[in-house]
Amino acid sequence: MSTNGLESWAVDLAEVGAVYPFQGWEVAMTILGVIFWIGWHRIQYVRENEHLEKAKHIGDREKVAASLERY
Amino acid sequence: MDGNLNALTTIFTEFYYWVTVVFMFLIHVGFCMYEVGASRRRNHMHTLMKNVMIIPLVTITFFFFGWWIYWAFPSFPFFGGLNHEMANANLPWAETMGTNLSDHITGVFWAAFLLFSWTAASIVSGAVIERIRSSALWIHAVLIGSVFWIIDAAWGWHYAGWMVKYLGYHDAYASGVIHAIAGGYALGVIMVLGPRIGKFASDGTPRDIPPHNPWLLTIGIFLIYTGFWGFYAACNVPIIAPEVIGGEIVGTTWTATNIYLAPTTLSAITFNFLMSLSGGLMAAYVVSKGDAFWTFSGGLAGIITASAGNDLYHPIQAMLVGAVGVVIVYKLHYWVERRFKLDDAVGAVAVHGYSGVVGLIIAGFLLWGQPSSPFEGYATISPLGQTAGAVIMFFVLGFLPGWAVSKVQSAMGVLRIPEEVELQGLDYAEHHAYEDAKADIIAADKAYLAQK
Repeated sequence: MSTNGLESWAVDLAEVGAVYPFQGWEVAMTILGVIFWIGWHRIQYVRENEHLEKAKHIGDREKVAASLERY
Repeated sequence: MDGNLNALTTIFTEFYYWVTVVFMFLIHVGFCMYEVGASRRRNHMHTLMKNVMIIPLVTITFFFFGWWIYWAFPSFPFFGGLNHEMANANLPWAETMGTNLSDHITGVFWAAFLLFSWTAASIVSGAVIERIRSSALWIHAVLIGSVFWIIDAAWGWHYAGWMVKYLGYHDAYASGVIHAIAGGYALGVIMVLGPRIGKFASDGTPRDIPPHNPWLLTIGIFLIYTGFWGFYAACNVPIIAPEVIGGEIVGTTWTATNIYLAPTTLSAITFNFLMSLSGGLMAAYVVSKGDAFWTFSGGLAGIITASAGNDLYHPIQAMLVGAVGVVIVYKLHYWVERRFKLDDAVGAVAVHGYSGVVGLIIAGFLLWGQPSSPFEGYATISPLGQTAGAVIMFFVLGFLPGWAVSKVQSAMGVLRIPEEVELQGLDYAEHHAYEDAKADIIAADKAYLAQK
């Protein structure tokens, strides 16, 4: 048994199509991929919010002025 | 060359490999920029020179004996003797190893492998910056570049290699044969070499030694990505007929193949290169909490993790493999750093070594049961064969020689630079003439200005 259905290369390549593993699961793999993508946005969004909330409370006037000078 | 079609195929193949070599040069440019960007100002020239001189030293030794090893060692020493029949044409004094109008392929094929050799040596170079002697590193460069990696290529990256025959070892774009071995070798060296002064606090807590130039480092890693395209293409045979392969494939359909002469397409590896790069970047961004250097290196680690099976994966599989690999190697890097007090200056052991190992093992599961070769009687791909292959690459041919040679160098007192030199910086100590000349000309210009 093989994950792509090919047990050997004793085949005529003119008659072979897809050779990736787990053929038939493309829709499930796409759903998994989309979950990964949306999950990434969710994590990034939450972390950025937390970071900006913290950052807005740590700068006194002098530090802000110094940042402006830094350009 | 008999017939116009054969002539065209040969010239196309010659040109194809030549283009990959030019692209792969960018990997070395990228490594130079990355290492210089990561090092402190007082070590620039030394860091650069250390990496640049890898080029000639590995090139000439790969001409003298490295290329011969590839053709002589596929069964040697465990499953047969040296293969003189194949290897003789690749001896430095063979007619085919020179200007020869009846051989268009040997030179470009040699060069494609040679550029892999530079990469293997350069991976080790990054881990040891700012404290290794150049003389010591250059011995390691020759050993990893022209001996150990090419032995592993003969065993596991050759259509007749014993690891392919008996273990079903599959490593199409070199997760193990370049990255795991070089990472393992680097680990062996840094275990003996020790950390840079100041890397660990007295209680053992690791300190970050930030790169002096983030932009140089960023461009460096992007150049490595670019060169990696050439690396991927160079791992393929661009076009070949089934009767030339001489294996089990029937029919008359010509195909591109991987290094094992098993069919794949340039289109497949383009899909998978980009998707594994993306999976690696996204996972590294999350796991490192947006750290720029880990994110960029994570792109590379994503590709490396998926590389073993990127000739056969679906693009979404390549993306997820890249992502999973990056999370594992990031965690492993910091665990090893804290536990063993090891200073891997650019994360080379993790990005190359751990990614390579993880990628090989994952490929064993995802490609389980698939043929490793178009030739009859070869073992099929399996988790066991891939894990054994990972151990051979990372530990047997990588870690052990790196550690043993470093031990000898250390005992002879020729591995590490003196502490005084490390503190004042290698550029002043080794390139004081440059520093003196610079100081002299600045003083002269100032004196001239004062007179006006």
